[in-house]
Amino acid sequence: MSAPAMGTSKTAHTDSSHKKKKGPGTLAIAYLVIYNVVMTAGWLVIAVGLVRAYLARGSYHGLYYSIEKPLKFFQTGALLEILHCAVGIVPSSVVLTGFQVMSRVFLTWAVTHSVREVQSEDSVLLFVVAWTVTEIIRYSFYTFSLLNHLPYLIKWASFLNIHRYTFFIVLYPMGVAGELLTIYAALPYVQKTGLYSITLPNKYNFSFDYHSFLILVMVSYIPLFPQLYFHMMRQRKKVLGHMEEYSKVE
Amino acid sequence: MDTLALEATQPKKAQNGALVLLPGPPIPAKRKPAKKTKKAVVFFEVEILDAKTKDKLCFLDKYCNCFLVFHVFVSDPQWYPARQSIRLDPKGKSLKDEDVLQHLPVGTTATFYFRDLGAQISWVTVFLTEYAGPLLIYLMFYFRVPFIYVPKYDFTTSKHWVVHLACMCHSFHYVKRLLETLFVHRFSHGTMPLRNIFKNCTYYWGFAAWMAYYINHPLYTPPTYGEQQIRLALTVFLFCQIGNFSIHIALRNLRPPGSKTRKIPYPTKNPFTWIFLLVSCPNYTYELGSWLGFTLMTQCLPVAAFTLVGFIQMTVWAKGKHRSYLKEFRDYPTLRSPILPFIL
Repeated sequence: MSAPAMGTSKTAHTDSSHKKKKGPGTLAIAYLVIYNVVMTAGWLVIAVGLVRAYLARGSYHGLYYSIEKPLKFFQTGALLEILHCAVGIVPSSVVLTGFQVMSRVFLTWAVTHSVREVQSEDSVLLFVVAWTVTEIIRYSFYTFSLLNHLPYLIKWASFLNIHRYTFFIVLYPMGVAGELLTIYAALPYVQKTGLYSITLPNKYNFSFDYHSFLILVMVSYIPLFPQLYFHMMRQRKKVLGHMEEYSKVE
Repeated sequence: MDTLALEATQPKKAQNGALVLLPGPPIPAKRKPAKKTKKAVVFFEVEILDAKTKDKLCFLDKYCNCFLVFHVFVSDPQWYPARQSIRLDPKGKSLKDEDVLQHLPVGTTATFYFRDLGAQISWVTVFLTEYAGPLLIYLMFYFRVPFIYVPKYDFTTSKHWVVHLACMCHSFHYVKRLLETLFVHRFSHGTMPLRNIFKNCTYYWGFAAWMAYYINHPLYTPPTYGEQQIRLALTVFLFCQIGNFSIHIALRNLRPPGSKTRKIPYPTKNPFTWIFLLVSCPNYTYELGSWLGFTLMTQCLPVAAFTLVGFIQMTVWAKGKHRSYLKEFRDYPTLRSPILPFIL
């Protein structure tokens, strides 16, 4: 029969929570609110850190070092979101969420952290800024969504939602460009040092070339990026359509 | 076989040609009736709707109950019966060819829903393709055809005898599978969705290439414990191959030729089938054993990965099969586990 449909990232749009059939309990909602508030705060810290470092230095270069620790902490913390989907308190697909989070974690640790030489590249700033703006909007939107039984907050949620789906038009390609350029910059160093690579001969008859792997990762952006981009575009049309109807009813 | 072609009154779908109804094969007569009795013939009104759009595809009044459930037969050969799913509920299970109209929970007005299953391909075709690939691909690596390894190794052979043994085992395994597909297996379903062949072939062919690359590599390292390890591995492998074959034969013998009946499998005189006492799907158990043997024989990480992925998939299938056995048969033996005795 037909394959199960991939869940898209649904967030609670419903006005009344008793419309949901089997939603998360109150404890889960409380936990999720705390989680999203903490993440919003964390990314705000990163944003502020970037601005302050820029003002202090007067240039765009080397800003990564000023926010390295909070970036690693909060981006890695996003791994919890996979757990949220697996347990069922968030109605998203485990696979899709896992994929998105793992790609971020991969870039943070396996590329930027592991290859010291790329940390001073401007491409790093490109994706860090894209991630920061995106995540602040996303987590604050989720926070307001979860608290949606307070009617006046719905307007805030809608406001954020519109901006989320509009900002991504620029932020998404910006982030992708930053990520690709960073991986590309890392390639020569990986090849030279044989980072994370295993060569033959060895006892388990296995080999892994991290350099080739990184190239493969870059190539995989070609089919994946347009799909995700157009998915967001479709979501945007849907959301903006709802907003129109909602404001007409008002 | 009576081919009563009845013109549909309102073909809503814009298909080439008219929608006609083709009844299935008649019910086989169990015995000759002693005397001719006057049977009251009940007529049904039958309508077929599209499961998604609820368009009326076909409507019949006065449909005789002596026929079986039908296929909607369209002049366009694109809509062959194998891709048609006729069901009582739009989201329900598909009815089978053997179902009889008068035994279905419908009144005298029956509504059926039609769903297109998409392009179909026969199970036999898929199996043959997905098994022929690994057989040939592995041999290409074994004989070290050009463009795989460094040119100086082209068409050379490995100096390790375990590599030759591994090639024989791997090839034997897939030849066995091909022959079983042609002569042993009796499939429940005729077809599966077409996209499966791409998915399955990628899996089998991809893994075969990955394994074969390392085993036949000029820099291959033989197993740590040498001949002892290889001997043990070979024993396990052969034992499980025979076991797997025995199970396939036993399952085949449960089912008379051309039928699709399902029965509880039991141990036979063959000792390799005694595992049925503890396991619902011993064919998967033996398959796992074979690949564990092959992993041990080659001491190759990609082989271990292939074994693991295969094990996960087979466990999913075994659990499903076990569940459907339990649902279908009240007296199903309680000692049995799906795939691993007492464990899984």
